[in-house]
Amino acid sequence: MSGRRLGLALAGFLLLLPGPVRADGVTADLSSHLIAITTGFTGASVVLFGATDGPAEIIAVVRGPERDVTIWRKSKIAGIWANTEAVTFANVPSFYAVAASRPIDELMSPSAAALHRIGAGNLKFEARSDVAPDRLRRFSDALIGVQQRAGVFAAATGKIAFLGERLFRTTISFPANVPTGAYLVEVFLVRDKDVIGAQTTPLVVSKVGVDAAVFDFARRSSLAYGAIAVTMAVMAGWFASLPFRNT
Amino acid sequence: MDIYLPVAEVSLDIFVLLGLGAAVGFLSGVFGVGGGFLLTPLLILIGVPPTVAVASSANQLVGASVSGVLAHWRRGHVDFKMGFTLLMGGIAGSIVGVWLFTLFARLGQVELVISLCYVVLLGVLGMLMGIESVRTILRQRRPGGARRRLHRHTWMHGLPLKTRFRKSQLYISALLPVGLGFVVGILSAVMGIGGGFVMVPAMIYTLGMPTSMVPGTSLLQIIFVAANVTILQAVTNHTVDAVLALLLLVGGVLGAQFGTRFGTRLRGEQLRFLLAVLVIAVAAKLARDLTLHPADLFVIPSDNRG
Repeated sequence: MSGRRLGLALAGFLLLLPGPVRADGVTADLSSHLIAITTGFTGASVVLFGATDGPAEIIAVVRGPERDVTIWRKSKIAGIWANTEAVTFANVPSFYAVAASRPIDELMSPSAAALHRIGAGNLKFEARSDVAPDRLRRFSDALIGVQQRAGVFAAATGKIAFLGERLFRTTISFPANVPTGAYLVEVFLVRDKDVIGAQTTPLVVSKVGVDAAVFDFARRSSLAYGAIAVTMAVMAGWFASLPFRNT
Repeated sequence: MDIYLPVAEVSLDIFVLLGLGAAVGFLSGVFGVGGGFLLTPLLILIGVPPTVAVASSANQLVGASVSGVLAHWRRGHVDFKMGFTLLMGGIAGSIVGVWLFTLFARLGQVELVISLCYVVLLGVLGMLMGIESVRTILRQRRPGGARRRLHRHTWMHGLPLKTRFRKSQLYISALLPVGLGFVVGILSAVMGIGGGFVMVPAMIYTLGMPTSMVPGTSLLQIIFVAANVTILQAVTNHTVDAVLALLLLVGGVLGAQFGTRFGTRLRGEQLRFLLAVLVIAVAAKLARDLTLHPADLFVIPSDNRG
C-alpha cells in the first residue's frame, strides 16, 4: 500500500506544480475490500475511514468497472411504445457514487468538479459511433437518469462526517443489484476550493460460493450447464410423480 | 427471505417464487395446460429480466411436463409415434425460435416481441375459447341442438406422406403434426411456453385425435422441445437460471396435484370459460402496458447491462 500511496503522492505533486507545494495529506481505507454476493445478498455497505494532516474537506468517489452500454429511446409506432433510437456509450462506469464532507458546490468550483469528474452530472461519456452533440447530451443525460433510478448511480451525495479535525468516516451503500467487478474508491483532499491530495483504494464486488460457481459454470461450460439444468428438471419431475403413482 | 438468483442477478423473496410456482401449478392442474403463458409474464412483473424469464420458464417446463407425462403414461394415454412426429417439427421450430430470439435481442426489440406475441396469441385464443365455451353452455340449456359432423374432408387430407397412428386411430399426412410441432417450437423458444394451449385445440380439431390421448402426447413432445430450448438458450444467450427454475418446479409440482383434484369437480365448459377469462385478462394487462405512456422513455435493456 505504501508504494501505491507514494506513487499517488508523486502524481499529486506533479499535478499541483507550480502551485504551493504540500505533502499529500490524506490517508484512507475501507472496512473491507471485498463485497461478497452470497445467496442471501440484499445489498451491502462498506465503511470508508481515514485521516487528514490538518483541517480540510474530503470528497470520495466510488466507481464501478467500466463497460459499453446501449441506451434506447422509446417512441410510439402504430399505438405501441417500441425501442426506436439507440446510442452506445463506451466505458460507462457500472456504478457511481459520491460522498462529501460538505455540499460539492460549496467545496469547489464547477470547473474543478468537472476536471476531477466529481458528481454524476460531470461524467462524460463517449459514443461508439458519430452522434450529433445535442443528441449525445440528451442520451447521456438519460443514461445517468436511468442508472440513478436503477440505483447503480447514487442520486444524492453521501455525507462524510468528521470526528474532530482530522478523522473522517462515511458509509458507502451498495444495492442488491450492484454490478460485479473491480471498483475504485478515490478520496480527494480539498482545501481552499482546490483538490490538493488524493488517494485511491480498490474494492472488489464478487459473487462467492454457490452463486459464483453457478454463474461461472453457466458462462464457461454453457452446454454442460444447459444439460445439467435439463437433467435436474427431469429428475424433479420424476420425483414429484412418485408419491402419486397409485392415484 | 430473499434469495439471490445467480444468472438473473436479482434478489427475490424465496416464498414469492415458491408461491408463484404453486399458483401457476394449481392453475395448470385445474385447466390441464402448462401454465407457462402465466408464469413468464408474472416473472417479468416481479422483476426477473424478460430474457431470463423466458429461458428459465422453458427449463421449469421440462420438469413439469415429465411429471405430467408419467401420470398420463400410466393410464396408457400417450401416443409415442404421434409425439415423436410432432417432435421432429418441434426441434426444428425451437432452433429457429432461439435464433429469432437472439436476433431480436441484438436489435433491442426482444422485450417488445415477447409482449406482442403474448397479446396476440392470448387475445385470440381467449376469445375463441370464451365464445366456444359460452356456446356449449347455452346449447346444453336447449336440448336437441345441432351436432357436429363426425368426419369432414378438407384440403388437409390430400397432403402426401400419409401415416397410420394406431394409438390415435388416425391415418393422416405426417406433414400435419410436423408443421404443428414446428409452429409450437418457435412459440416455445420466443415465449418460454410449452404451447399446450395452441397444441391441444389443434390436436383435437385439426388432427382429429381422441381427446383422451391429447394431453399426454402434447406433454411428451413439450418435454423434448423445452429441453432443446433450455440447452440452446443456455449456450447462445446464457439466460437460463437453474436456481429459479428449480424453485418454481418445487412450488409447481405441489400446486399441480391440488389443482388436478380441484379440477375434477368442475365441468369442462365451465373450466374453459374460466380459463378464457384468465387468458383475456393477462392479454389485456400486457396490451395496456404496451400502449400506455412509459414512465421512462429511455431504457437500457437488461441483456447489455453486463
